[in-house]
Formats: sequence, C-alpha cells, structure tokens
Amino acid sequence: MRIEEAEAELVGEFELFDDWMARYEYIIDLGKDVPLIDEKFKDEAHTIKGCQSKVWLHSEVRDGYIYYTADSDAMITKGLVAMVVRVLSGHTPEEILSADMNFINKIGLHEHLSPTRSNGLMAMIKQIKLDALAYREIAK
Amino acid sequence: MDTMVKNKAISKEFDVESIRKEFPILSVKVHGRPLVYFDNAASSQKPLFVIKAIEKYYETVNSNVHRGVHHLSSLATDQFEAARKTIATHINANIDEVIFTRGTTEAINLVAYSFGEVFVKEGDEIIISHMEHHSNIVPWQILCQRKKAVLKVIPITESGELRMDEYKKLLSSKTKLVAVAHVSNSLGTINPVEEIIALAHAKNIPVLLDGAQAVPHMKIDVKKLDVDFYCFSGHKIYAPTGIGILFGKEKWLKQMVPFQSGGEMIKEVKLEASTYQDPPLRFEAGTPHIEGSIVLATAIDYMNNIGLDAIAKQEQKLLDYATEKLSAINGLKIVGQAKHKAPVVAFNIEGLHPYDVGVILDQLGIAVRTGHHCTQPIMDLYGIPGTVRASFSFYNTIEEIDVLVAGVKKAIDMLKK
Repeated sequence: MRIEEAEAELVGEFELFDDWMARYEYIIDLGKDVPLIDEKFKDEAHTIKGCQSKVWLHSEVRDGYIYYTADSDAMITKGLVAMVVRVLSGHTPEEILSADMNFINKIGLHEHLSPTRSNGLMAMIKQIKLDALAYREIAK
Repeated sequence: MDTMVKNKAISKEFDVESIRKEFPILSVKVHGRPLVYFDNAASSQKPLFVIKAIEKYYETVNSNVHRGVHHLSSLATDQFEAARKTIATHINANIDEVIFTRGTTEAINLVAYSFGEVFVKEGDEIIISHMEHHSNIVPWQILCQRKKAVLKVIPITESGELRMDEYKKLLSSKTKLVAVAHVSNSLGTINPVEEIIALAHAKNIPVLLDGAQAVPHMKIDVKKLDVDFYCFSGHKIYAPTGIGILFGKEKWLKQMVPFQSGGEMIKEVKLEASTYQDPPLRFEAGTPHIEGSIVLATAIDYMNNIGLDAIAKQEQKLLDYATEKLSAINGLKIVGQAKHKAPVVAFNIEGLHPYDVGVILDQLGIAVRTGHHCTQPIMDLYGIPGTVRASFSFYNTIEEIDVLVAGVKKAIDMLKK
C-alpha cells in the first residue's frame, strides 16, 4: 500500500465517527496496536522529547524499506504515534521524505501537531524525516 | 431598620454572576462548550474595567514618560507615577521602593544580578527551596556559577510543605540571601513566610519572596512582613502581561548596581563614564511598559473594589469544594496537601498520564494546565511526569467545579476502557 493509500484509509476510518469522544477513543485503540519498541531501546538515544509526554522510536532498514517500532507514556500520544507508524512504516526513505502527513489535518487532529502542544508528535515526525534522510544518504 | 441591615447584607454577598459579566472572555465557547477557565495560576482573565483602561490610555494619554515638556508626556508621566503610588500603597511600600519590571521573572533576575554583583562572593551561599518555580531557581544557579557561590535547597515533605527544621540548619554565616516562593505555583502551598523571614533576619540575612502566586489571593504588607525583596506579575492579577513589580528595601536598592543600562536610568552621561539615577529609576532602563504600569494600578483598584477579603473568601470556598469533590474520585490523588493552600488543586489519576486527562478536559471546554508547571524538581521528587492543575479565581463557580469533576470522570471512563 502506498503512503497516500494508507493515509486515505485512516482518514476514511475516522469519517465513521461523528463526535470527538468516539474519535479519541479510536485514537486510544489505535495506540494499542502500535508495533512496540523493544524495552532495551527505551533509552536516551531513542527518546523523542516532547514537553509533557515521552515518545520512544526505533527504526531499522530491511531490503531498502524502513520499519518503525515505538511507544509513549501517554495513551493519546501513543495513538497518534501509532497512526504515523502505520502510515509510514515499510516504505523507502524517498517515499517517507516526500510524505506530506496531511492526513493529520484531514482527521482534524492538527492541533496535536502544533509545537506548543508539546506532545512530541511534531518532534517525532521531524526525527522520522531526519532518519529517512540519513538512510537515503547511506544507501547512496 | 431590619430591612436596611438585610439589604446591606445582601449587597455584601458575593455576586459571582455579575462579576462574570465583567469578564467578556468567560462567555466564549471552546469546542462548542462553555469555557471553564481553571488556569488562573498561569494567567488571569481581564475585566472590562481593565480592558477599557488600556483603550483609554492609547486614546487619550499615550506618550513617553520622564521627558519632554509637552502636555501628553507630562500626563503620561503623572499617570505612570500615580500608578507606582497605587501599587506602593497596595503592598504598603514606600514609593521609591517599587520598581517596574516585565514580570516576576525579570524581578528575580534583577536581584540575582544587581544584589549578587555587590553582595555575593566565592564560597557564599544562597538558599532556595525544592518547590520553587524555575524562575526562582535558574537565576540563582547562574549567579552561583558566576560567583562560585553555592546554592542550598530547603527540602519539602510528602504533603508539599517546607522542612523548616532543615531550613534552620541551612542558615549560616555564609548565607547571603534566602529566596523562596510565598505560595507554590504547582502545589498551592502557602509557606510560613513570617517565620522564614524572622529566622533569616536573626542572622542578618535578607529574604526575597516570589509572590507571583500570592498576590492574586491575599493582602500583602511588605512592612509587616519585613521582607527585603518581593516580586509579582501583573498578568496574574487581572492586568496585562509584560508588567510586574519588584519591591526592594531602600537600604538594599541604593547599594545595588544597575541591571540593564541606557536611557531613563542615568543622571549624567559623559563619554568617559556616567552616573546613575537613584532607585527606582536606576533599575528602569529604557522606555518602560507605560500602559501596562498604569493599567496594573487599574487592576489593583478593581481587586480592591471587590475587596481582598471577599476574594479570599470566595476562592477558599472553591478550593474546599474542589478538594472535597475531586478527592472522592476513585484513584485520584491530590498532589500538594499542605495545611494552608492557595486555590490550586493539582492531581493525578492512578495509571493515567496527566497529558491524556488534559486533552480530554480540553475537549470538554475545561482549561487546566498539565505538565510539570515549570517545577521539574518537584515532579522528580515525587516521581511523576507532571500533574493536572486546576487553579481558581473569584470569578469561578461551584457549578464549574461540578463540570470539572464530571469531566475527570469522563476522562477516566475513556482512558481506562
């Protein structure tokens, strides 16, 4: 599945909900499905520092595709992280670098992307892009 | 006569609904719901009395102060100095002991620099406490680094009170200043400042109080306290952001060096060297926040019109009710259970991250603060990532606390599914 297709699929899932509670409950549920980071990687190097909630992210390349595992100490943040991982995991550095992540806006969760919300999501996306850039350079 | 007495009693009763009408922002909707504003410890909302005074200043007074012979400049200067007088009277200070700053943070930085430069040398000690806001920690760390001095910290108890026994042990001939919060922003604790000051003064050590969280809720009398420095911010007492006050005893201020330099703070400037104004102007370099200063006095007038006793009584009622109702929620633990507290209730729910609770409450229109509240050492001590903090003002209501309690229960339902 291409990134745009994965984004569209997620946006479609959220269209089923008409109130905020159902949307947030679904985000929390999505968090339960995140491919969990190995406990041994929950160290300083894998920590993405938001102001309030912690996010841990690990990435590795297999056959030219990047795969992510992650976790967070806050449930809503974990759900948001799970969405990003679901959309981007299993793609090439090039594809990840060109992803616009617009699905977050489309779902109406843009407020969580603001740097002032300090949940680490913005910092996580930045880290993912930087990693992808590094992997692309290594591949060259 | 009975009717007269009765009417008087009624008019004295706290009419929160009329007061709320004076704060336009309290009627906005957030996510389609009525705003419940419980982030007053971070910043207070502004009444029309204050908002209109800002407009009036720019419509009829605006000009620079302390220069020029023209009409507006002298009007602005008169109002600026009248504001200083109102503020001085409010805290029972002498007018020359009141310095306008950008806020509490700048006031503390001013003392850390200007007092520290003169009075602190290698090996000296500064005492703070474990419950300080970052703005009453970092300036002293920087001073200590600069002067090779040592920062000493008064520990706190599980309930969030200062360990006075430990404080007594820390005071020594090396101590040059004690700098503590009058009221803790993240725990709500009202510290025993009279005792703190008396103990320090017995050893001739001056005391600075961070009054940012105290001034909104109680009468401050710097002479009665006999405090050496007292700092507070305008925006927490219904005035704009960007204006605050440093009170300093004249005997210290006149010995202190300038903090920032430039216009307004000089007596005479020669290219070789310059001489400085006496306090308070010595510490007010550059064009001040004229409108903010004048309107800070307006906000103080507003508070005095309502009455500090009436404010304290209403806020105590809110604190007691919120403490009772929130404590009754299963798994909820109040962080900061001191005997004497300002209207601040910080809490955590077992197994839940404060961030998640805050996001759900926001969706319900409830503004609380979540996180470490700029007091990371407290959170580290208690081993928590942060708290959810509800902080009240006299314009809040019992019904709003009911909305909060219902919101917390809803958050628990959603997050613990």
